[in-house]
Amino acid sequence: MIMQVKEKIIEKIFLLIALSSISILALITFFIFEEGLPLILKIGPKAFLLGERWIPSKGLFGIFPMIASSFWVTLGALILGIPLGLACTIFLSELIPPSIGLLLRPAIQLLAAIPSVIYGFWGLIVLVPLIQNYLGGPGLSIFAGSLVLGFMILPTIITISEDSLKALPPSYKAGALALGATHWQTIWRVLIPAAKSGILASIILGMGRAIGETMAMIMILGNAVKMPTSFLDSARTLTTNIGIEMGYASGDHRQALFATGIVLFFIIMALNTLAIFLSRRRVH
Amino acid sequence: MYANPKSLLWLLPFLLVICAGCQQSKTGITVAGSTSVEPFAELLAEEYMSHHPQFRIYVQGGGSTAGIEAVMTYAANIGMSSRNLTGGEKKLYVVTIAKDAIAIIVNPKNPIQDLSLDQIRQVFSGKIKNWKELGGPSHTIVLITREEGSGTRESFQKFVMGKEDISLEALVQDSNGAVRQVVASNHNGIGYISLGLVNDQVRALKISGVEPNLTDVENGKYTLVRPFLFVFNEEPSGESKSFLEFVLSPFAQKLLLKEGLVPVLPKIAKE
Repeated sequence: MIMQVKEKIIEKIFLLIALSSISILALITFFIFEEGLPLILKIGPKAFLLGERWIPSKGLFGIFPMIASSFWVTLGALILGIPLGLACTIFLSELIPPSIGLLLRPAIQLLAAIPSVIYGFWGLIVLVPLIQNYLGGPGLSIFAGSLVLGFMILPTIITISEDSLKALPPSYKAGALALGATHWQTIWRVLIPAAKSGILASIILGMGRAIGETMAMIMILGNAVKMPTSFLDSARTLTTNIGIEMGYASGDHRQALFATGIVLFFIIMALNTLAIFLSRRRVH
Repeated sequence: MYANPKSLLWLLPFLLVICAGCQQSKTGITVAGSTSVEPFAELLAEEYMSHHPQFRIYVQGGGSTAGIEAVMTYAANIGMSSRNLTGGEKKLYVVTIAKDAIAIIVNPKNPIQDLSLDQIRQVFSGKIKNWKELGGPSHTIVLITREEGSGTRESFQKFVMGKEDISLEALVQDSNGAVRQVVASNHNGIGYISLGLVNDQVRALKISGVEPNLTDVENGKYTLVRPFLFVFNEEPSGESKSFLEFVLSPFAQKLLLKEGLVPVLPKIAKE
């Protein structure tokens, strides 16, 4: 009897601990909306989301250029990250002897452990001057940002898609090979399609990582507030807008930054929901 | 049973946190605000602490507005501002600790030496887009400005731009150091930073023939000058007061003069 009561108490304590982490999420959400919503309502959602001019000192808070920039940068990162990530996944899970994999896998995970400010610094010192000298423009550009982000999302894409490849029943591969398919045909026609939902989920989580990246982007993108017209243009994403102006902002300006956070919140929520939905489908 | 020494490594971060905690508990004051004033405040704080080893002064950046807000919410004892106070901020107790000139900087490889205020305004508003129009080589000008809310930007807006807007094409960097870094690495860059922070990586332009140096700042020929302020909630007392007195002392003011600022004590400036 006493044991049972004890069990119950301990259970409740753990429930409380679990709930506290959710309640922090709820609190953050509440404060972002409480601070940001009044401004969106004040200037109107349309002027806020589709306005093209961000001049806080004149009361102009249009974040459309930043939404566009966020997507440009992310698109660039995916163009680099998806082929590289997939190739690396296939190589790791199918083509190399396990001993080399043991060496490579931790190295790739290490990519995820490098602080983003280091990526930013590397981009600023190495990539930006190269782009400036060989491609023109200010160097601090969407192109530089996409390159760096492309590398930053590799660990996410590789680890999750490799897991989904590994989770396939061995009979898929054995069956394909037994039917006379070559190794490459087996990979490309059987394994990849079978693991498709997991791979898509990895790409979407990579997208979320790319959209959320702040520090490296502040250092590399140049932060100009305008509609990007080419990959060599400087740009400001939603996250860097908050990061760069938070320190000085007050009043409406500060609320506008929280409102930027609301937009980010919705984008990330949508991406994560999509990723969860896709990876659930794999199980069934 | 002895624990494997490696397994104790996880304790390390906790120890560090505890150590950091005990350092904080030492009596000290926090100075926060403008990134333009920050390096000079750090220097002064170090000097002050070397004379008063029992005190700690924590200097933080964050920007003029953040510093003033920190003082109003009692998060900091002293706020640093590189712009004049506005609106509700005016009720605070303000002391000018030095004056600073804003230098217009270009890459040392840029042949341009001298621009008029009017030319600078046209460059930063995006009307002049190529160095050729100013007599330089044919390259697109890369503008570098500070973010909205920055004290340096506000002063630049007031002194140079007037009613005109800074071009939206301009790159935005969030500190004097970052602006300097971009100009130093981009041959076509032009930006503006505190004169005290100009080093040999960049070159400060003459403005209509007037060199941005201390003599010309002092005699009023160089006009892009703004105050560096210490901001308090009320008339300072205790440690804040003794630090302020130190900052205004001839010794500290001489130190600031050596770092490229204009002292507030006239007799030192003349020496």
